[in-house]
Amino acid sequence: MKYNFRYGWWEKIYYPELIRGFYITSRHFFSNLWKWITGRKGAYTYQYPEEKRPISPNFRGKHYLVLKEDGTPKCVACYMCATNCPAQCIHIVAGEDPNRPEEKYPVEFTIDISRCIFCGYCVEACPKDAIRMTYDYHLADYTREALLYKKEKLLHWIETELDKDQPLIGR
Amino acid sequence: MFLIVIIKILFVVGVLLTFAALLTWVERKQSAVTQDRVGANRVQILGIRALGLFHIITDALKMFIKEDYVPEKVNKFLHFIAPLFPFFSALAVFAVIPFGSPIKIGGRIVELSIARLDSGLIYLFALSSLAVLGPVIAGWASHEKYALLGGMRAAAQMISYEIALGVSIIGVIMVYNTLDISLIVEKQGELLFGFLPKWGIFVQPLAFLLFLPAIIAENKRIPFDLPEGESEIVAGYFTEYSAMRWGMFFLAEFVEVAVVAAVLTTLFFGGWQFPYLFDDGFHFFGVWHLPYWLIVIIRILTFFAKWIFGIWFLQQVRWTFPRFRYDQLMKLGWKIILPWGLINIALTAIVIMLING
Ligand code: SF4
Ligand code: SF4
Repeated sequence: MKYNFRYGWWEKIYYPELIRGFYITSRHFFSNLWKWITGRKGAYTYQYPEEKRPISPNFRGKHYLVLKEDGTPKCVACYMCATNCPAQCIHIVAGEDPNRPEEKYPVEFTIDISRCIFCGYCVEACPKDAIRMTYDYHLADYTREALLYKKEKLLHWIETELDKDQPLIGR
Repeated sequence: MFLIVIIKILFVVGVLLTFAALLTWVERKQSAVTQDRVGANRVQILGIRALGLFHIITDALKMFIKEDYVPEKVNKFLHFIAPLFPFFSALAVFAVIPFGSPIKIGGRIVELSIARLDSGLIYLFALSSLAVLGPVIAGWASHEKYALLGGMRAAAQMISYEIALGVSIIGVIMVYNTLDISLIVEKQGELLFGFLPKWGIFVQPLAFLLFLPAIIAENKRIPFDLPEGESEIVAGYFTEYSAMRWGMFFLAEFVEVAVVAAVLTTLFFGGWQFPYLFDDGFHFFGVWHLPYWLIVIIRILTFFAKWIFGIWFLQQVRWTFPRFRYDQLMKLGWKIILPWGLINIALTAIVIMLING
């Protein structure tokens, strides 16, 4: 930015600079119009629900809990993720399974997705690789309660709700 | 004769209102295309979006259905009549604009303008200055500080630019030596040095450069929309208006855009004159004869083409330039356009003197 810009006579007679500005906007207008007429897209807009912007496969979106082969959660309720979470939005209740006394397991595992800042620290912290993120960013819902993702949802939503049409960069 | 006038009035009002309605769409789409966006396109009827044209219908519906809220302390009568002034004056101005050359029907010559007045230009300026009553009355009647500020700004701006406008147009009157707008257009069909059409922009370029900003300021559009100035005074004079009363101001603004484009076309771009097209055909390296009805059609189409270009131009100006500051606006009106207008009058007088010997 030039703060001490002094107007010379060229700027002071207005019209040349006005014509220059007018030329720039009309150039945009006509080149975009020509693109629309010839059936191309003359705008940078993505028409969201129909047309999605390609995102990185590493995008940090909604979480899911990884299942073991026997269909139980991999999570051992160690509280590492909850401790690490800067938004303090992970709430875990640990429990013991008498059949498998060597490990705890989460009785409840809730992520308040409306408070989550998608920093990914929970994923980093987990010693068991039990929590992961997806590229899915469709969070909107009708109630606040629906945004408290419970254990069941975190374990299974990815099987049914994951947006398979989402275009990804490089894929 | 009476019937013909009625038909002409219906035609002109119909065209103007259609243009005004379409302009709400043009305003959105043109700005969108200029700014690399898509623009409003969500309304669909049976899955057809038609480039967002149905937004015109939903806009109208919305304005009719919305609550027409009138604040308690406003002057009800003035508040009611204020939106009518700009609308009425914009429609009435168009009465003197010729949109085609005269046609003969059954031995009677029919002018293709609603009224051919000897003092057409004076009528035009008289009625277009009536438009200022709308904002001023609206601002006064609203009993609200922002509305009053907007109204005062509108009054100051429009009166200043009225003078600038009048002075800048005198050169044109001198060159064509008449106030009759139809005659001005007819004279613009002549050729200068045998090749250049005698359009206003060629014989009075300085007047055009002064007239253009003045008439946009008259119109209260960006870059001169200080009476609205939503970043400073909410919405200026129509702060207290809602629903269709606000819609009247809105529509009047678009009718004004159409009328301003028509005035520019008529005074500076030769109106319905097609270059080198005379009453008996083309005069271009010899004479190419054409039947008169074809010539009339070409001329009407020419007027509409120029008119639409003018509207496009005004819209593009609206989406290009930022708003002036208030002192800059006054300075431009009084210290630049007015003196240069006077200089233009003197220059024109000298040139006419020299040519006529
Ligand atoms: S992504 Fe960050 S904020 Fe969200 S749950 Fe994990 S640690 Fe907490
Ligand atoms: S860090 Fe991993 S294992 Fe530990 S509670 Fe969180 S998800 Fe479960």
